[in-house]
Amino acid sequence: MSDLRDKKGYENWDEAGVARFEALLAAEEKVEPRDWMPDGYRKLLVRQISQHAHSEVVGMLPEGNWLTRAPTLKRKAVLLAKIQDEAGHALYLYSACETLGTTRDETIEALHDGRAKYSSIFNYPTLTWADIGAIGWLVDGAAIVNQVMLCRCSYGPYARAMERICKEESFHQRQGYEIVTKLAQGTPEQKKMAQEALNRWWWPSLMMFGPHDSESTHGNQSTEWKIKRRSNDDLRQHFVDMTVPQAEILGLTVPDPDLKWNEERGHYDFGPIDWDEFKRVLKGGGPVGRERLNARRKAWEDGAWVREAALAHAEKRRARRQAAAAE
Amino acid sequence: MTTATDIDRKSLTEYLLRLGDTSLILGHRLSEWCGHGPVLEEDIAMSNIALDLIGQARLLYTYAGTVEGEGRDEDDFAFKRDVTDWKNLLLAEQPNGDFAATMVRQFLIDCFNVELYTSLSKSTDTELAAIAAKSLKEVTYHRRHSGEWIIRMGDGTDESHRRVQRALDDHWIFVDELFETDALDAAIVAAGIGPDLKSLRPAWDSMVDRVLAEATLTRPQTDFPRSGGRTGSHSEYLGFILSDLQFMQRAYPGMEW
Ligand SMILES: [Fe+2]
Ligand SMILES: [Fe+2]
Ligand SMILES: [Fe+2]
Repeated sequence: MSDLRDKKGYENWDEAGVARFEALLAAEEKVEPRDWMPDGYRKLLVRQISQHAHSEVVGMLPEGNWLTRAPTLKRKAVLLAKIQDEAGHALYLYSACETLGTTRDETIEALHDGRAKYSSIFNYPTLTWADIGAIGWLVDGAAIVNQVMLCRCSYGPYARAMERICKEESFHQRQGYEIVTKLAQGTPEQKKMAQEALNRWWWPSLMMFGPHDSESTHGNQSTEWKIKRRSNDDLRQHFVDMTVPQAEILGLTVPDPDLKWNEERGHYDFGPIDWDEFKRVLKGGGPVGRERLNARRKAWEDGAWVREAALAHAEKRRARRQAAAAE
Repeated sequence: MTTATDIDRKSLTEYLLRLGDTSLILGHRLSEWCGHGPVLEEDIAMSNIALDLIGQARLLYTYAGTVEGEGRDEDDFAFKRDVTDWKNLLLAEQPNGDFAATMVRQFLIDCFNVELYTSLSKSTDTELAAIAAKSLKEVTYHRRHSGEWIIRMGDGTDESHRRVQRALDDHWIFVDELFETDALDAAIVAAGIGPDLKSLRPAWDSMVDRVLAEATLTRPQTDFPRSGGRTGSHSEYLGFILSDLQFMQRAYPGMEW
């Protein structure tokens, strides 16, 4: 174990701490906030959990676009409830981040000044109602694949947040699939809308799992620390295998000419992903990347006086109560 | 199911639409905030309130469809009427503005809704009474939420005080309309279905005054109150709300979603 001393991420070396940390990981037990943990482990978690939290928040925007235009009152209510869930997910995740010593405000500021990332998928626009179905079906679907894995992650607060979140995400996925089903069984205009949405969202959904294992920078360390339990490519394959039959049931065509069942592997083979697009979009170069971040900055800046008012009032009340008690 | 036999179907339908339209339009306005709130907890709270209001509208529309007896459902009422057939309060359709404007609009209506639904929950129309009883729990929570924000903003910083006082001044012209009555209301009162709206004013006044006092805000005066929403005379804003709300049903008529 002493060879760990020189390893990146273990700079805050503590003999007893390391032993306990390693034992927890080996026994598949959870690391809790009060436990000693390597600096690198903490940093990696903060990076990943905050990125996840920001994705929940930014993800409210593309769907929020359609709240005022949902085609029926029931759809409107269901969509509103879904987006409200996503805000709740962000709260759980910001809280998980706080257990690692970063405040919600600090985390949010890192998003606004561009230090922190969020999922590239939300830098694509929602152009038609079918996109709301496609997001639920594909984006929440891909999120679940990733999050089910994270329920087994070694950090207790993150794993527990994921368990709560996964239950709701599978609702979202079913609701989204139901929207697309309705369209696929509808008029030619509706079918076209559904197919076009699948065309737009398919490849970005595959990109949600991140770079190939051979390119992944944080993959190995994350796996060693049992944060990540399955590789990007493995998760992506699982998603493709799960989703292609769902598209077939609907009579929709997955926009990949190379897609075919590989009997030998027991998996679908699929075509190459455009990693240039992925990198560009992740850096904010997506079709609406700038708009998304600006919308979040604006909400935060416009809300500053409201947050200040709440603090000022709470402080005044506290002071008044204290003064009354002193009399 | 209903004991309201001494009022004609058309009048009761109209009355239910007045209630449902205010709920839906206010809920729609609140939903415009989703993703843009000052803090995540408020995104959640405003979405929650919007959900309650949209839920109320759906129940009221569905019941209106039953009473009317012409086969219209909740979506027919929401998506297939033009501006002059809408009967919501003018206050409900006012733009969100800043958070102070939204909370003032909300608070003034929440205080009204608590009195209204308290009374409607004792309606001789048992179906409406049931909807009102469910709604009353919701609007009571809404009023607590908006009332707390009025106090926080009024008693917060100079800026928040200035903003919330201005919002109050701006929205006060729509207050009298809440308590306005016409022949339809008279028929509703006579049939024991709903309250005389004027009778709700004292309780509304005392609740609003109590909150304004705690918030150190000044109750505005107004010389030129606006009204007309309940009979279809709306502001220009409603047309823009409907062009969003009804876009899908207008662009793709007669389809299932
Ligand atoms: Fe989520
Ligand atoms: Fe979701
Ligand atoms: Fe509620």
